[in-house]
Amino acid sequence: MPTNAKVMNRFDLTKRLVAKLTHGEAVVAGIGNTNFDLWSAGQRPQNFYMLGSMGLAVPIALGVALAQPGRKVVALEGDGSMLMQLGALGTIATLAPKNLAIVVMDNASYQITGAQKTATAFKTDIPAMARGAGLAQALWAADEPEFEQLVARALAEPGPWLIAARIDQEPGIGTTDRDPARIRDRFMRGLGVRE
Amino acid sequence: MTAEWHEIVHRTLKANEVRLVTYVPDKVLTPLIAGIERDPYFTIFATAREEEAVGIVAGAWMGGMRGVVLMQTSGFGTIANALASLAVPYQIPVLMIVSERGTLGEFNLGQALVCRTMRPVLDSLGIENHSITRLDELEFIIDRSIKQAVATQAPAAFILSPLLTGGKVFAA
Repeated sequence: MPTNAKVMNRFDLTKRLVAKLTHGEAVVAGIGNTNFDLWSAGQRPQNFYMLGSMGLAVPIALGVALAQPGRKVVALEGDGSMLMQLGALGTIATLAPKNLAIVVMDNASYQITGAQKTATAFKTDIPAMARGAGLAQALWAADEPEFEQLVARALAEPGPWLIAARIDQEPGIGTTDRDPARIRDRFMRGLGVRE
Repeated sequence: MTAEWHEIVHRTLKANEVRLVTYVPDKVLTPLIAGIERDPYFTIFATAREEEAVGIVAGAWMGGMRGVVLMQTSGFGTIANALASLAVPYQIPVLMIVSERGTLGEFNLGQALVCRTMRPVLDSLGIENHSITRLDELEFIIDRSIKQAVATQAPAAFILSPLLTGGKVFAA
């Protein structure tokens, strides 16, 4: 992986992220371990958990951000999922939503299916691709304090942002609810769309 | 003067507060896209892939904004997973307008084959879908079906036949 960033832990970083969400920020998490760790970091009504549709966490988060420009929206993705929907980076660069941040947990593998290597295990650099797509604020977090600092900036300053963290091979903690209608309804209530 | 098909679609989306329009373009859809781009009521933009647009519209719905995906038949062929694992099970009324290629004078075999997968996919997922051939039925079908999609929390697809739009003609 073309970065000297420290190898961190996804669950630890997810807890650090969630601890900073004090203004009802929405979080859309991709399938698998990204989702599981978000769930286990403390369930919030503003969290949305995907059960399929690999690669669509970022587009879903963009949709929420467009519908609710006054609310910060965070997309939490893994490297495999991000690689699947790279075109969305160009869409986001074009629209430049101020309230959107993408956090990529990069373990350079399709961990949940048997840890097969993704392209980021070799030469591919997701923040560099994001900058190439036109997202100027796309950065690696060097270590945990810098991750927290970047998340704080992404929540306070105009986006769009992409923050990538290099993470270890620890499996996700727990599993999400598996009832999609309930997940969606709870999320809509959390966003104030339903009473 | 009779309104053209794209003017009717435009005003029916507006009447139903469908403010977000995402698309991967099609030649036939050009006047619809151009008309909506001129109307500040709408937020309209192109996405790189149709499934990306499905994700955006799904997210926008959950955030309180109605949206539609415009695409052509081959684009529909790429979104089965997004419909089967997101829009349908989560009960999200993703609206789809598909310009029908692959039939009634198609000249590209690839388009003709993918066209045959569209209705079986929609039907196997239980997605309400209408093939629209007549100008006099267009507003009724789209207006009523958007209302039904919202009320029943289910996606809906509108297939615009070449009988309605004129389709794309092969320059022989």
